Amino acid sequence: MHSDIIIVGAGVTGCAVARVLSRYEADVTVIDRGADVADGASKANSGIVHAGFDAHPGTLKAKLNVQGAQMYPDLCEELGVPYSQPGALVIGFNEEDRATLERLVDQAEENGVPGVRILEREEALALEPQMNPQVLCALYAPTSGLTSPYEMTFALADHAALNGVKFRLSEEVEGVVRGADGLWHITTDKDEHTCRVFVNCAGVGSASLHNMMGGQPLRIIDRRGQYYLLDRISKLPFEMTIFQCPTKMGKGVLVSPTVHGNLLLGPSAEDIPDELDTSTTAEGLAFVLEKSRLTWPNVAVRGTITNFSGIRAHEEKGDFIIGSVEGCEGAYEAVGIESPGLTAAPAIGEMLGGMIASEQNLRKKAEIEPPYQRKKPFHEMTNDERAQAVAENPLYGNVVCRCEVVTEAEIREAIHRPVGATTIDGVKRRTRAGMGRCQGGFCSPRVAQILSQELGISMLEVTKSGGESRLLTGTIHDAMKGETP
Amino acid sequence: MNRQVDVLVIGAGPAGLAAVIAAKEDGIDNLLVLEREHESGGILRQCIHNGFGLHRFGEELTGPEYAQRDIDRAAELGIEIQTDTTVLSVSHAREVTCVSAKHGLQIIQAKAIVLAMGCRERPRGALGTPGTRCAGIYSAGTAQKFVNLEGYMPGKRVVILGSGDIGLIMARRMTLQGAKVLACVELMPYSSGLNRNIVQCLNDYNIPLYLSHTVVDIKGRERLTGVTVARVDEHRQPIPGSEIEFDCDTLLLSVGLLPENELSEGAGVKLSPVTMGAEVNDALATSVPGIFACGNVLHVHDLVDHVSNESFRAGRAAAAFARGELDDMEEIAVRDGEGVRGVVPQRIRKGAAQGVDLMFRPTSVYKNAACVVTCGEREVARKRALIFTPGEMAVVSLKPDAVAGLDGPVTVRIERS
Repeated sequence: MHSDIIIVGAGVTGCAVARVLSRYEADVTVIDRGADVADGASKANSGIVHAGFDAHPGTLKAKLNVQGAQMYPDLCEELGVPYSQPGALVIGFNEEDRATLERLVDQAEENGVPGVRILEREEALALEPQMNPQVLCALYAPTSGLTSPYEMTFALADHAALNGVKFRLSEEVEGVVRGADGLWHITTDKDEHTCRVFVNCAGVGSASLHNMMGGQPLRIIDRRGQYYLLDRISKLPFEMTIFQCPTKMGKGVLVSPTVHGNLLLGPSAEDIPDELDTSTTAEGLAFVLEKSRLTWPNVAVRGTITNFSGIRAHEEKGDFIIGSVEGCEGAYEAVGIESPGLTAAPAIGEMLGGMIASEQNLRKKAEIEPPYQRKKPFHEMTNDERAQAVAENPLYGNVVCRCEVVTEAEIREAIHRPVGATTIDGVKRRTRAGMGRCQGGFCSPRVAQILSQELGISMLEVTKSGGESRLLTGTIHDAMKGETP
Repeated sequence: MNRQVDVLVIGAGPAGLAAVIAAKEDGIDNLLVLEREHESGGILRQCIHNGFGLHRFGEELTGPEYAQRDIDRAAELGIEIQTDTTVLSVSHAREVTCVSAKHGLQIIQAKAIVLAMGCRERPRGALGTPGTRCAGIYSAGTAQKFVNLEGYMPGKRVVILGSGDIGLIMARRMTLQGAKVLACVELMPYSSGLNRNIVQCLNDYNIPLYLSHTVVDIKGRERLTGVTVARVDEHRQPIPGSEIEFDCDTLLLSVGLLPENELSEGAGVKLSPVTMGAEVNDALATSVPGIFACGNVLHVHDLVDHVSNESFRAGRAAAAFARGELDDMEEIAVRDGEGVRGVVPQRIRKGAAQGVDLMFRPTSVYKNAACVVTCGEREVARKRALIFTPGEMAVVSLKPDAVAGLDGPVTVRIERS
């Protein structure tokens, strides 16, 4: 199959680049090994829109973080992605920490982050009374925000798809070579592709793609971060994101509300040998808990509803690598996109997409489709809006997920979005069905049934997250025929 | 306001059905039951094994048979049950908002409400078990729904974590259906299920029960490929070196049930941190006037017969409240003593002219012991038993004259012999 442009990686970076390129006259295809967009680091991170005080001035990280953070409020509004801006504290316990925080304040100023200042103990505790009273001082960043990383990715992908970008999911790239015909030849486990322009946004897989293309060898360190997610309760102990002083491994363990009103604890930071190993470990989770206690002495894991991990693609030298690939004509990349990658993604999209469009002389389309507009979630509606919604579509009257109050109408809609859900996890991330305190115990059989109906597949083919992650192994009749051990 | 009713019952499982039948038989006609599922019967619909109804009917019924008796009785009495209807909120002033495809959004004002929403299973996340988040991990009840209601097998080689009753029942059910159940693993040194289920569901099928063990790792990227089980010490911490690997495609969790009280909390009902259900008096009245609770939403029962009994009382009390006949009375606190956890009711009305059953979970296994109820220094009830175990709810009854004589806080404790 031939495309003008192939992007490998359907995470937040790849989808942001695809969305920018969809404004131009070009056939764009996005390929990802995951069964859904946002299947890698984009689905499992802190969901923070970082203010931009912790990246070193002069780096791409600093520049794109600040640009991205500025784009977020309007972009979320435009795309219908949840966003809030509760602010953040970085807390210090001794004079050494204070020196670090003061350095961060200076850095904030150099990076152009507004409003960052030091609060003394009393002021900080007045803002967040549940915080460790041993705190000495805190950096306050009023522009720190929260978003839903996977919902941002879905929205970018949907908008790109509405403007003609094709998504090929569950397809793994096995080889990339530049042919004598001047085209890039991409071999996957499913197909052979050719393209004029090849864009590597493959996250933890980006170094191996880069090296396959023949770029100057790069190494990505797979740095896993483990998290605890706590149940939504009406009054969370913290309103802001609370960071501890950063270390060389990253920003440290945070305690933060999520944009949906859960509480998140994490991440750990462990370099691991397998870029796909998103398991959690007893040690990692214990580390998160212990570190969280420094911020929140009364840390309560009783309300834990799940634990998970994500893998950051840490490039050895520490900065983002964005641009054309030296020595590889027609090849571009965004490599080493770790934190603040989610924040920077919209800016990376504009930068890399813009660079490709200009260097490849792409012509702007005369008209661009507006973003896909998802209907307001049922649980956020007023009673009048709910009555109206059910009157128009009775499926709004069928509540499927009782914990998060998600209706059948919303689940069917999620499957029919431009880049629709095809798995239980896909429905969960698009609608929140199964995100709640019972973790899908009640609703997953019904969600599976709806997926099977809408996708025209048997219940036995429904998967949790693609591949062999089938929910069911047979019917009770098969089992009685002795086909099982 | 769409509608006003005298008694509104939330949930048409065994608790809700018993409550509404009792209210109707007590003379209330303007009644309504709201049920979120397509059919009445609650969790009993998927409990196709027998063993239900021994106390109430003196015979062994399956879950659906037990439920059908109440469903038939409710139909006979002409009680309206709206199914496929989800309650979105309950207010302190007993205004109930619910939604269904058929009736749209409804707001209903009730004179009295009976909360009978049941309970849910504790999910994996609540345990903090590390490992991957692959397919093939189900709560036992979800697996039961797939097998018994949908006709699908969730797996072929199964390990069960937790020895709750649903897990034990599913060990047998999966085995009968051709799956291989490799082990049932329980963190505690005793089972949390009924003894009869250990015998009939594990022992009869040679399924090993590993007490004082837990799952310490979950493996498999897409579908589950195995779990690691380890022995735990007296602090329930895994002992390094004791690991056993199981090659399995399914992990069922039967690690506890939690009363489902989100609606109750929204109404401002005070919950007990021990039972996780409402705090009630002997009339099953919660802290909010006119709101009553019964069944597994109040505290998790083992036997549906007890649920029905409790719910009949709740239904009658709600009926009395709706008629304006349930008077406020001075109340006496009931406290957990040694060896006792989560006594229900937590309060007894001083002038209650009837006997009261006190129900609780023993905190540990006690053999040849007695449950003793005291009021100050005075013993007001005593019940001996060969065994008290956390897996079986204990009941001790206060006779009407004992209740009449109460003059201060009551304590329930277990006394070793």
